[in-house]
Amino acid sequence: MRPESPMTRVFGRPPVLIETPTHYCPGCTHGIAHRLVAEVIDELGLRGRTIGVASVGCSVLAYHYLDVDFQQAAHGRAPAVATGIKRVLPGRVVFTYQGDGDLAAIGTAEIIHAANRGERITVIFINNAVYGMTGGQMAPTTLVGMRTTTTPAGRDPVVYGFPLRVAELLAPLPGVAYASRVALSSPAHVNRAKRSIRRAFQTQLDGLGFSIVEMLSTCPVGWGQTPIDAMRWLEAEMFPVFPLGELKAPAEVKA
Amino acid sequence: MMPAFTKGNEAIAESAIRAGLRAYFGYPVTPQSELPEYLARRLPERGGVFLQAESEIAAINMVYGAGARVMISTSGPGFSLMQEGLSYLVGAEVPCVVVDMMRGGPGLGNIAPAQGDYFQATKSAGHGDGRLLVLAPWSVQEACDLTRVAFDLADRYRNPVAILGDGLLGQMMEPVVLPAPVEPARDVAWATTGAGSGPARVITSLDLEPEALEARNRRLQEKYRRAQQEVRWEGYRLDDADVAVVAYGISARIARTAVDRARDEGVAAGLVRPITLFPFPSQAVRDVASRVRIVLVTELSAGQMVEDVRLAADGRVPVRFYGRFGGMVSTPPEILDQIEQAASEVRAA
Ligand SMILES: Cc1ncc(C[n+]2csc(CCOP(=O)(O)OP(=O)(O)O)c2C)c(N)n1
Ligand code: SF4
Repeated sequence: MRPESPMTRVFGRPPVLIETPTHYCPGCTHGIAHRLVAEVIDELGLRGRTIGVASVGCSVLAYHYLDVDFQQAAHGRAPAVATGIKRVLPGRVVFTYQGDGDLAAIGTAEIIHAANRGERITVIFINNAVYGMTGGQMAPTTLVGMRTTTTPAGRDPVVYGFPLRVAELLAPLPGVAYASRVALSSPAHVNRAKRSIRRAFQTQLDGLGFSIVEMLSTCPVGWGQTPIDAMRWLEAEMFPVFPLGELKAPAEVKA
Repeated sequence: MMPAFTKGNEAIAESAIRAGLRAYFGYPVTPQSELPEYLARRLPERGGVFLQAESEIAAINMVYGAGARVMISTSGPGFSLMQEGLSYLVGAEVPCVVVDMMRGGPGLGNIAPAQGDYFQATKSAGHGDGRLLVLAPWSVQEACDLTRVAFDLADRYRNPVAILGDGLLGQMMEPVVLPAPVEPARDVAWATTGAGSGPARVITSLDLEPEALEARNRRLQEKYRRAQQEVRWEGYRLDDADVAVVAYGISARIARTAVDRARDEGVAAGLVRPITLFPFPSQAVRDVASRVRIVLVTELSAGQMVEDVRLAADGRVPVRFYGRFGGMVSTPPEILDQIEQAASEVRAA
């Protein structure tokens, strides 16, 4: 391909990412996650055969940003909707994009059974430790002692139990072919996150089973922090509770 | 074709396959389990998808994703769990056929026949302002025939269509002539197929702007007005009737026997049988109510359809109600007794 100018283009908007003003709060990492998904869909050439399932949460309007067919699902039910799509159209690429309230509270049954059936879908799971959309309430992933609008004195494990580790919960299921946890808190982590998303989609393309990428994300507004502080807080407080890494990966898609 | 002796649940299942069913999602519950069991055997061999979900909540959401002729079936408790999903299907204008073989309630109730889900089926598809179109067969043959109608209506109106039966209809065996198979269009214009040509397709019920959501609701209401042309009902021995019995589904079967016995005894009774419960045959009920002297509604419930009958009759004549519930099924002698009481009420007046 002949370059348009002597300068080589090394960075740009992936075509799947729609050029539009964002509705996400300043410093929110949902935008980064969207971009990574768009880049992977473009790089793997999946634009004409991908169907996304948006969930209920701040990312409910994911289809305003990602230019592929989309279905908006009821709160927590995205894995069931994705199952319906994928079973009828097994040759298509189907992914869900879900928050931690959506996936790990109200939708726990749907995610576990989709994973256990080994549905050949990819789940992009945004763990920001709170319910963003409804105003920073406690999520199943909220850290012990963390103040939220419904745990003003901090999450008490005697009352609410401990943070739910979704990647660890799902990885042992035989239907799960790929499970990882990544973070969106620094350029290096973002690069790793993208590689992980790519492997998750590759796992689906190879028909190997269910794939999930859990992404530690920030919700500066819900946490009552500046975007920079939120990034620091994520690494300092969330990393010890939610260790990063690939919990399960098929040999075929390993780097 | 020779009629084959078939169970109601299985007749619906086979009729669905012949209507071009591409996918079935469901969760076992009595008294409709023969329906998924039949499809588990027969649908995959005819190229369709059968999947037993982890719950009715998941199943209805799988239905939402199917993008093709799709069916789900259940009984009362499961129908309750589907309400959230049905609301999304209605809002996003996604068609499906949902079968509810009603059982005794409330709560876990029992597995005996009942008609206590009339309100839930006809008044609202879950939360919000949406509706299901509702068909109520009274025989195995009609269950089979209305299954085909249900798929056609669902596609035409892009709305879920309910087949409201009961445990008796699902379990009983009657001779049935099955319809010839059809092959419906595969790719429908609204479905998310990831096909890539043209702008991305989005299926959603979300409109953050009230103006847009009101417009969506107006579209739905306009659709339900258009659906008035689908009203179906049947009249029996109404010409010179003084007493009009109004009943649907299995209750109408029982009532017809009672009407015949009343006629034998010289009481001029007739039967109005709504076949579509939504849209309700209000005009037909109103016309009949203008000609008879009293209306008797009988249901296997504490009185649900009777409200629609009273609205339609609009005070023209007295409307009496007789119901059995909790899985108890009324008998022709009981209904006959009610017809006689109704007749004597108007004679005394
Ligand atoms: C059945 C139902 N219950 C509750 C809600 C309200 N609700 C909307 S978003 C949300 C939580 C979303 O949090 P999360 O999934 O963590 O996503 P985030 O907004 O943090 O990205 C809730 C409870 C709803 N829409 N539907
Ligand atoms: S509330 Fe939190 S998760 Fe939602 S957009 Fe704002 S920062 Fe992002």
